Amino acid sequence: MQRNPQLNKSGELIHLLSIDGLPRAVLHQILDTAGTFLSVNDREVKKVPLLRGKSVFNLFFENSTRTRTTFEIAAKRLSADVINLDIARSSAAKGESLLDTIANLSAMHADMFVVRHSESGAPYLIAQHCAPHVHVVNAGDGRHQHPTQGLLDMYTIRHFKHDFTKLTVAIVGDIVHSRVARSDIHALTTLGVPEIRAVGPKTLVPGDLAAMGVRVCHDMKEGIAGADVIIMLRLQNERMSGAMLPSAAEFFKSYGLTPDKLALAKPDAIVMHPGPINRGVEIDSDVADGKQSVILPQVTFGIAVRMAVMSIIAGNSA
Amino acid sequence: MSSLNLDAEALYADLLSGVRGLMDADAVLVGIWRGGAWLAERLQRDLQRSGECGVISSALHRDDFGSRGMSASADHTRLPFDVNGKPIVLIDDVLYTGRTIRAVINELYDFGRPARVTLAVLVDRGGRELPIAAAVSAARITLPHGQRLSLARDDAGRFTFEIEERG
Repeated sequence: MQRNPQLNKSGELIHLLSIDGLPRAVLHQILDTAGTFLSVNDREVKKVPLLRGKSVFNLFFENSTRTRTTFEIAAKRLSADVINLDIARSSAAKGESLLDTIANLSAMHADMFVVRHSESGAPYLIAQHCAPHVHVVNAGDGRHQHPTQGLLDMYTIRHFKHDFTKLTVAIVGDIVHSRVARSDIHALTTLGVPEIRAVGPKTLVPGDLAAMGVRVCHDMKEGIAGADVIIMLRLQNERMSGAMLPSAAEFFKSYGLTPDKLALAKPDAIVMHPGPINRGVEIDSDVADGKQSVILPQVTFGIAVRMAVMSIIAGNSA
Repeated sequence: MSSLNLDAEALYADLLSGVRGLMDADAVLVGIWRGGAWLAERLQRDLQRSGECGVISSALHRDDFGSRGMSASADHTRLPFDVNGKPIVLIDDVLYTGRTIRAVINELYDFGRPARVTLAVLVDRGGRELPIAAAVSAARITLPHGQRLSLARDDAGRFTFEIEERG
């Protein structure tokens, strides 16, 4: 059997490429370590020296402000030197291949690549071709995975709900295009969540998701009834043209999370969203800013989770 | 394997009297996770200090991070007082190379600037690799490099020493 390329011979994490195939113990190790880093914020010195002298290259072949910024903050709190490369506007635009870009950056003594790419699998390709001491973190690849978002969602759920094994989690919206949904479903499954629901219209929530152990609901009310956790996904405007949806207003009417619909979930249900939110498209402002919303804590936890991932992989050798 | 005969409970009595001499009225005890934290907890009670003692972990400042990786037990630093201007008495079970103490002092400074830091240990086994010394040590012994000495605590709270051969 081929070894998972994210793990070394001892089963330790050396790259974070996907949540699929990571053992439960590794997920818990990341979440526990993130808890440590969250408490670093309470110190006078909000920085630890674990990555001192290491260079972290943020390679964003696709735009992202929030994810890139949180990775940058996380790396800086670990004392790494951070280099941000806006690849969309540089070498790749001049025709350089991905592996040539990586070879050049490796020659600049990179120790870690944080990669976002529109092609699924690009971070795998980089992990396979970089030097053994170099670590790779997937910051979102195509429709495939967004593992640190999945992990910070798990941290948020554990923080507010403590035990995964009794929860009903509803993921609502554009599941088919969402790498966040895919990472969440893998993580929730590994952590033992008994009921995961994928909620949305047929064009955005394909029936074959059931094969992943997910309950598919095309009716919003059925989908969020009794849920402990509701994860709203951003409706990607660019999909609207592809005749997958009649209009944003139509979508909001059926699947937008309003206070009325939220009332069908458990009274203490939490509402999550990976951001950026589209108010009035997938979520009502009263819900996004309401007391059940944990959207901003998710952002704070995201930094601690990314610190955990980077410090764990940097401490393990191939 | 070892002919070492260390009575941890008897040594604790010596540590207690030594630490009593180090404790100014405003001094606070900080135990190093794990064995040192057990000792500090009991010293806090036996010295009838009010409040809780501090606990500190070396995990975020270890100099062997590059070879040993992230310690699983990093989340243990708890300092329930303002470190600034306080005399700190660090407590540990075994003092050896001094590297843990160096890391712990860095960790302490992430919380502020203490007035003074002193160190009291149950056993000083020599072998220092840094210029660090304990103000109080209940015993001084020599052990082969390949042996790891650490404190254990049973359900009744009684201390014993454990020796392992390093792999």
